Amino acid sequence: MDIIIEGIKQAFILLFTLDPEVLGITWLSLKISGTATFLSMFLGVSVGTAVALTQFPGRRFVVSLINTGMGLPPVVVGLFVTIFLWRNGPLGFLEILYTPTAIIIAQTVIATPIVMGISLAAIQNLPANLRLQILALGATRLQMVWILVKEARLPLLAAIMAGFGGVISEVGASIMVGGNIKGYSRVLTTATVMETGKGNFDIAMALGIILLLLAFAVNAILTQIQQRDRPR
Amino acid sequence: MISDKSILEVRDLHVKRGGVNVLDISSLAVSEGEVLSLIGPNGAGKSTLLLALCRLLKSVQGNVAFKGKTVDTNHSLFAYRRKIAMVFQEPLLFDSTVFENVASGLKIRGMRHDEMKQIVADCLERFGIGHLVQRSARKLSGGEAQRTSLARAFATKPEIVLLDEPFSSLDPPTRESLMGDLERILRETGTTTIMATHDQVEALRLSDRIAVMNQGKIAQIGTPEQVMNQPVDEFVASFVGMETVFSGHVTKTYDGTFITSVSGREIEAVGAVKPGEKVVCFIRPENVTLSTGASDERSSARNMFRGTIVKIIPMGLFHKVQLDCGFPLVAYVTHQSLENLSLKESASVFASFKATAVHVIRKEK
Repeated sequence: MDIIIEGIKQAFILLFTLDPEVLGITWLSLKISGTATFLSMFLGVSVGTAVALTQFPGRRFVVSLINTGMGLPPVVVGLFVTIFLWRNGPLGFLEILYTPTAIIIAQTVIATPIVMGISLAAIQNLPANLRLQILALGATRLQMVWILVKEARLPLLAAIMAGFGGVISEVGASIMVGGNIKGYSRVLTTATVMETGKGNFDIAMALGIILLLLAFAVNAILTQIQQRDRPR
Repeated sequence: MISDKSILEVRDLHVKRGGVNVLDISSLAVSEGEVLSLIGPNGAGKSTLLLALCRLLKSVQGNVAFKGKTVDTNHSLFAYRRKIAMVFQEPLLFDSTVFENVASGLKIRGMRHDEMKQIVADCLERFGIGHLVQRSARKLSGGEAQRTSLARAFATKPEIVLLDEPFSSLDPPTRESLMGDLERILRETGTTTIMATHDQVEALRLSDRIAVMNQGKIAQIGTPEQVMNQPVDEFVASFVGMETVFSGHVTKTYDGTFITSVSGREIEAVGAVKPGEKVVCFIRPENVTLSTGASDERSSARNMFRGTIVKIIPMGLFHKVQLDCGFPLVAYVTHQSLENLSLKESASVFASFKATAVHVIRKEK
């Protein structure tokens, strides 16, 4: 029991004294996952919307591919990104393995299908006649798509949050492609794994609490959106 | 208000769905300023026709001409869509304020905010929802939402409005007040209107012409009087409420009237037919009078039959009485008459109707 109480005490000391190492790791995590979420937002929302609004042969297959992608195991993504970025892999010449950029790539691959799948569902859930109504108001195709995206803004925001939630808490891919290099590619999850392994429960707990707080913040915003959307 | 000029002309309009013709309009012309109602049962093709007129369906074949010019190229289609407006059965409002909703058509056309402000305000006033301008569209009642949807359509000052059952999801008082307002607005603006409805009362009240649709085709088009009183076929007759339908053959003719024999009973009717011809006759239930004695000499009704009441069905303000007079006959009576005549099922009564109340269609040989 002592180990837990001591750990929590130490964790709060580290948090409230703004320990530079803990702060650095947190900031890097936010930067990496934020960038990955930002990239997946563009890819996910645009492709998701396009698939939702068009009919083409094999569409059903594409939709099930996207839905499968929503549950992509991070270690598998980590494995494939590592192979691609390996010195004599197809993208080896970029020499970015074990860098924050590599983590951003892996996290983007993880978050994009999540954002895409939820965006697709969000646009498809709009009333079927809404598209016709917008066109009947004289809109161009581009104007129609933009109005539809605006109409689905709440679920789309939820999609982006879900993408962020997925990557900030992911550890497998980050450790594989980032290498957990101190002060360079060490993020909250990889650091927690390492400190736990070393028996430094105080630091591990401090990092864990920050992760929990981030997860809580994301969920709080998501809940806020859902509740706003609820009919009175 | 209605000019002779056609604003919209349609030729050979076809829509196929799953290999079946769901719309088949050989020709239709709509005059500037007229209000045309499309009536017909569910699945008759009313909504499909409206969407096809709006060129919102992909699988449309045929020609739609607006003010004499065919709408075919992408450019003309786009220009055409900006001159018309469509209102659907559901209000389909955007998740923003009433102002933003009504302004949306103007915004799409690139109008500046200060320009549209007055137009939107006028439009809201016209539809009696000026006080809702900053209200969120999510917080509107059904009637308010449909008013907003109509205001959004009228804000762009369309030359034609297409209305797809705009009142059907509203409760009767709300529907009544909105219909009254729309009637006034259509009169004020003189906007050419094509409205789909399955409610004849709506159609009769608002329209200059009525088109009765069945199975993707226009079965009859004409003034409300023509459609209600001179239906061209059995479908139209039964759809516009001519509940009594029977076929017979002409036995005698004289001076424009004739006698037709229906299951052994002789019925006098008016029409230019020849003896021996087969005819179908229709009688509106409200034109049939019931009495308990046959001695009513004051009546000018030429047809009087003794019959038995098969069934009495309450219909709100009146009762529908189904009779067997040797042939089936339907009559409407008020609650008052029902009590006065003490009508009961299986009671014997006299039913009378004028020769002019019988609508006759000559049957193809």
